[in-house]
Amino acid sequence: MRINRIAKNHDQSMLPSPDLSVIEPLLARYKGRKGSLIPILQGVQEMLGYLPAEVFKKISDETGIAVSELYGVATFYAQFRLNPVGKYIVKVCHGTACHVQNATAVTEALEEALGVKDGQTTPDGIFTLESVACLGCCSLAPVMMIGDETYGKLTGTEAVKILKNIRIRESQSAAD
Amino acid sequence: MQKTKVIVGLGSCGIAAGAGKTYQKIEELITAEHLDVELARTSCVGMCYREPLVEIHDESGVYLYGEIDENRAVELVDKHINQHSPVKEYLVQTDLFATPDDSFVKDQVKITLRNCGMIDPEKIEEYEARGGYKAAGKIAAEKLTSADVIKTVLDSGMRGRGGGGFPTGLKWKFASGYQSDEKYIICNADEGDPGAFMDRSVLEGDPHSVLEGMIIGGFAIGASHGVIYCRAEYPLAIKRLNIALDQARAKGYLGDNACGIAGFCFDIHIKEGAGAFVCGEETALIASVEGRRGMPRKRPPFPAESGLWNKPTNINNVETFAGIPWIVLNGAEAFARYGTEKSKGTKVFALAGKVKRSGLVEVPMGMTIRDVIFKLGGGIKGDKKFKAVQMGGPSGGCIPEYLADTIVDYDSVTATGAIMGSGGMVVMDETTCMVDVAKFFLDFTRKESCGKCTFCRIGTKRMLEILERITQGEGKPSDIDELIDLAQQIKDNSLCGLGQTAPNPVLTTLRYFRDEYEAHINHKKCPAKVCKPLLTYTIISDKCTGCTVCARNCPTNAISGQRKAPHTINQDACIKCGMCFSKCKFDAIELS
Repeated sequence: MRINRIAKNHDQSMLPSPDLSVIEPLLARYKGRKGSLIPILQGVQEMLGYLPAEVFKKISDETGIAVSELYGVATFYAQFRLNPVGKYIVKVCHGTACHVQNATAVTEALEEALGVKDGQTTPDGIFTLESVACLGCCSLAPVMMIGDETYGKLTGTEAVKILKNIRIRESQSAAD
Repeated sequence: MQKTKVIVGLGSCGIAAGAGKTYQKIEELITAEHLDVELARTSCVGMCYREPLVEIHDESGVYLYGEIDENRAVELVDKHINQHSPVKEYLVQTDLFATPDDSFVKDQVKITLRNCGMIDPEKIEEYEARGGYKAAGKIAAEKLTSADVIKTVLDSGMRGRGGGGFPTGLKWKFASGYQSDEKYIICNADEGDPGAFMDRSVLEGDPHSVLEGMIIGGFAIGASHGVIYCRAEYPLAIKRLNIALDQARAKGYLGDNACGIAGFCFDIHIKEGAGAFVCGEETALIASVEGRRGMPRKRPPFPAESGLWNKPTNINNVETFAGIPWIVLNGAEAFARYGTEKSKGTKVFALAGKVKRSGLVEVPMGMTIRDVIFKLGGGIKGDKKFKAVQMGGPSGGCIPEYLADTIVDYDSVTATGAIMGSGGMVVMDETTCMVDVAKFFLDFTRKESCGKCTFCRIGTKRMLEILERITQGEGKPSDIDELIDLAQQIKDNSLCGLGQTAPNPVLTTLRYFRDEYEAHINHKKCPAKVCKPLLTYTIISDKCTGCTVCARNCPTNAISGQRKAPHTINQDACIKCGMCFSKCKFDAIELS
């Protein structure tokens, strides 16, 4: 079983409280439609990047779905995030084909370069490192995906280089 | 004069290999140089190992070029299009003469993949031009009844391509037998098996064939609603399905009197999955579509009687649906002509891993595994020794080299302890550790277990812990018996297919590679040199130049030696991180 909880030690007060009013049109659209719980959560995550604790209460108030049910679904599926993520989510594929072609080395190199563990976000909020199950690009193994861009036939060194370039781009655009 | 046509393969794997940039480059060149060339796009051709692929049709013939990046695209446009001189180095295939890559295609029979790589998936006209929607049209024109359609599918011998292998016609017959005001037909596109990507390719490359299959299935069982449950990890597939749905609605293939069948009202919607492998199981999938945690429930009642929203529901896999229009159009005999006695037709396999040509192949049932890997796949990368092939993903198993002459059909593969599954074939060579592979799958099923059944939830965790110990060099002689005992209990006491098959990767590797487990446990050795804690790093003094790079990078200062003199590793301090091995520029670090 996957264990996925809202981190207790997470200092929520440090973060600006997300503006929850943006999700209202979405809730209005799905209100009263059966089987809409997962699309609602997907839509909210799309807008806010993750599912903040406050959002469960709000969805429950508006739709009448119990918080327990919402939280149960949000913790069941791998897609839902309960904690904030970085600007770039680095998804390193750990499917069978990638595994036998040393995807572990890619993750290890990235962990070392970013100074975070699998599943964590860098302190500057730029990268979140994530291991995912098969991305379906097995012929290019090992593979990682950042945003919509897929990078194939990687080694640890190349993966680190790709991230370095993104970071350089980021600091340049911040300086501009 | 025939206008020259350039087609770029833009499936997910093509795009990942850079096909999007290649397409852009060619487009720029055409505009800049005012070339009289038609630029088109298609999806996965199956030859993933040569992506990005560019096909050029001109008056002299058809040329398929491989590994065309932006620079090569410039060269190709210049030489082939401007100077009419084909570039032989990049040529994969042509209709003019034989090439080595012909053996990849020669023995394939394309039924499911009949349109993949042949049409632009975003243009319904191209699907129609290749016989699309004619099968559904045939139902209308010949006034076929639901019983006629079911009989055709039954006679064809088509079995569920998602892995179960249950006869599709029989499934439809059950669902059509229940009376209800509402029935559903669901397409299971939650392809979660790591190592399988045929459903993605079909959805991206030929979405209309899946829709037409669902329309026919919906008509056969009397459903008015179709649902495609697709993985959210496949954004391109979802995008192309949405385009296809809009086009099909506009053309009247969906809606009232769908496909011209009087009184048949049918529409299809997409539900995006949220990432749970267990949702490939029918009852879990239904729970997920209803917006609940995707946990399987006890059967009976089967979905055919009470499924989505407690209505009769029929679920088939993408590949099954894609084959249906072909069967209805060409007849049951045409399909049943291929295959073995109990497994008819063709099957798509996703070849990946340590094989030279990875990609998608569709072969008649009954071909040997060896032929698929060596004739089509071209053998093992780097000409290393072929060790095993993993079939069926986390529910399947590893088939060893000496059983490679097993033919691919449901029953023969099952007899080896693996399963046909959705058709993933991950090839492994001598550098793959089988204990590590078993651990990999157990880690997967442990995470993906929904947690409902105790044996699946806790048993997989216990098995994983044992495997972790073994790969860390802390295995005990009793471990193997304990693994077998736990495996049996998990199989016997789990409700759904995930738990019942979760121990298979361990059981098959134990059956065929027990010596590797014993080497790990008794001799603390990993024969494939994969399990790091069991390896020893030593410096070959003849090759060491004394450059000191290893010593400077060693996190535990385990390496010592004078500058320009051979270094040595203190084995007691070595934590086997592999840093020296990866840093050494002179191949002076040896692994044993």
